[in-house]
Amino acid sequence: MSDALTRFRGRFPDAEVFQHNERRLYLKIPREKVTEACQFLHKECGMRLSICTGIDTRDGFEVLYHFSEDRTGTIFTLKVLAPKDDPRIESQAKWFPAAEWIEREMHELLGIDFPGHPNLTPLLTSDTDWEPDRFPLRRDYERRDEAHER
Amino acid sequence: MSDKSRRIIPIGPYHPLQEEPEFFKLIVEGETVVDLEINLGYNHRGHEFISPELTYDQVPFLVERICGICSNSHPLACVLAIEDCAKIKPPPRANYIRSIIHELERIHSHLLWVGLAGHFIGYNTVWMWAWRYREHVLEIFEMITGNRNHYAANKPGGVRRDITKDQIPAIHAALDVCEKKTKMLTNAVLDDPVIRARLEGVGVLTKEQAIAYSVVGPTARGSGVDIDVRRDDPHAAYDLVPWSVIVLPEGDVFAKAKVRLLEIFESIRIIRGCLDNLPDGPIETRIDEVPPGEGIGRTEAPRGEVFHYIRSDGTNRPLRHKVRAPSYMNIASNVVAVRGGSIADAALTLAAVDPCYCCTERMAAFEDGRLTLTGADLLRLSWEKTERLKERMRR
Amino acid sequence: MRDPRIWGLKKSPWVYHVAAASCNNCDIEILELLTPRYDVERFGIVLVGSPRHADALLVTGVINRKSLPRVLEVYEQTPKPCLVIGIGTCTCNNHMFRNSYNAVGPYDKFIPMHAYIPGCPPKPEAMIMGVVKALSKL
Repeated sequence: MSDALTRFRGRFPDAEVFQHNERRLYLKIPREKVTEACQFLHKECGMRLSICTGIDTRDGFEVLYHFSEDRTGTIFTLKVLAPKDDPRIESQAKWFPAAEWIEREMHELLGIDFPGHPNLTPLLTSDTDWEPDRFPLRRDYERRDEAHER
Repeated sequence: MSDKSRRIIPIGPYHPLQEEPEFFKLIVEGETVVDLEINLGYNHRGHEFISPELTYDQVPFLVERICGICSNSHPLACVLAIEDCAKIKPPPRANYIRSIIHELERIHSHLLWVGLAGHFIGYNTVWMWAWRYREHVLEIFEMITGNRNHYAANKPGGVRRDITKDQIPAIHAALDVCEKKTKMLTNAVLDDPVIRARLEGVGVLTKEQAIAYSVVGPTARGSGVDIDVRRDDPHAAYDLVPWSVIVLPEGDVFAKAKVRLLEIFESIRIIRGCLDNLPDGPIETRIDEVPPGEGIGRTEAPRGEVFHYIRSDGTNRPLRHKVRAPSYMNIASNVVAVRGGSIADAALTLAAVDPCYCCTERMAAFEDGRLTLTGADLLRLSWEKTERLKERMRR
Repeated sequence: MRDPRIWGLKKSPWVYHVAAASCNNCDIEILELLTPRYDVERFGIVLVGSPRHADALLVTGVINRKSLPRVLEVYEQTPKPCLVIGIGTCTCNNHMFRNSYNAVGPYDKFIPMHAYIPGCPPKPEAMIMGVVKALSKL
């Protein structure tokens, strides 16, 4: 078992750990502890943030923080669940510039709010031809007939 | 300093990098760049939205079209993610073929970057040379995969096309030519005093900044961060053939260029090792179903780590497919690399992460009121600086 | 007598390259045309840095919402008459991205097109042939 995982379990005893195989670990933690866990993985274990994934599931919005431990080639994926009626997760961008863009992207494509983000403006969608309340990666996204669509 | 002395130099938006074209706003005071704003989205096509509508067999074709230069990295990472989810291992021959094609892609991509870096500092000869020798690699591609770009080599469980016995000598021959010419090019570029003067100490990204921005690939390795997914998380045949990771501590553009040039020779070494040890056997494993679950695949593209995440619900289509291209992390680091440098170095520094080639050809002046310089001027400034250095060295 | 402006287009066309949400592949192949293997500068075809100098636009990619106004602006800036040549399958029918929320193309909804060169990406030889065919129709 990886050394970082042992330390993580000691620090976060309430985390649910799921080991897919020896290099793919999934750690489910409560929403309040996300900053603490990210800082633990990056600062104390020296991991690199690969990327975050936002998913619209039945239970709520799941945000996965994929951290890569390059010494062992392991990916630690932190799973955080935010309920649909309150899609808010504390921003990591204020202390970790690597998370800045992906949080902006999740904010505009999924509608997850990241309180504390220094610049939560749209990253990818159009500045002239896009309604900010449309979130294409949500399950209930419906395509509308726009003037130049089909 | 008062806001009046600040000028904004727009670069773009016609600057199509892989899947991430950008509009850079350089904010300058006199000759010095004080800040950079990056504006993305001109190439956003919604891959992550389309992918769940396609079957697992079709998804590699879609992700191949994320980027024309990394058109093997994305499908490879994607099929690795599908295989990770389905817990399937491809047969050994497929692994070797994957490595061969992946390294060929690295050679052509690095040569492409070297050529364009030469173009940015006014050395069009370097551009023409590098792209001429890149053609040898594209010829191999056309022979073994059927297309010069977009190779469609990978499929979940293996590869689509085999490398036949009679193709191997031809690959060796083309590699020999390519190696000889690249050696000449490398010596010419690294020994040229003007190029050294233009690249050394320019656009420095320190190791701490590289870690904070989580940059990947040659951008990180040029800043002394020793990471390479091929070694750290072995896939394909990378743990079966000898090669080494190139790491340089300086963090400037010269270090990044040197990392890329030296990596070409490592790639040639990997391909030769793979061709010599190519095992017999099938080239694909059948995947009957992808069970519900999650899979992560990553591979080292020419620009750094490509990351794919797939969540399956047991049907033949992914439920969620996340794609992270290397430049997504690297371009964000431009903000710190370009700060404090001169305008003449900006084009080069922005290009040093290998976002792509030729922002110059697609720079368009934007009406900004305070606009003083256009993209063409930026390139002219860069060229003039090279000329000045040449003059100084002649004396 | 034929329109001298059209006649003038046929010799040594200067081209400007517009990429709107393309995958970069057609774009590299266009640059490939300039390098020693194909070297279209022999025929006077030069890639220019500003649409105001261009006789022909080489367009690639599906247009997305953000790049559409910029593409139209580039087209406005190009002196007329000009040729517009679509490179790659994306310019013909949006290719794999027709279901995307962000693709608004193909080009012929917004800009009059003169020729399409399909392929993903088309080979440089095909691009040369396409441009020559488009010019010979003038």
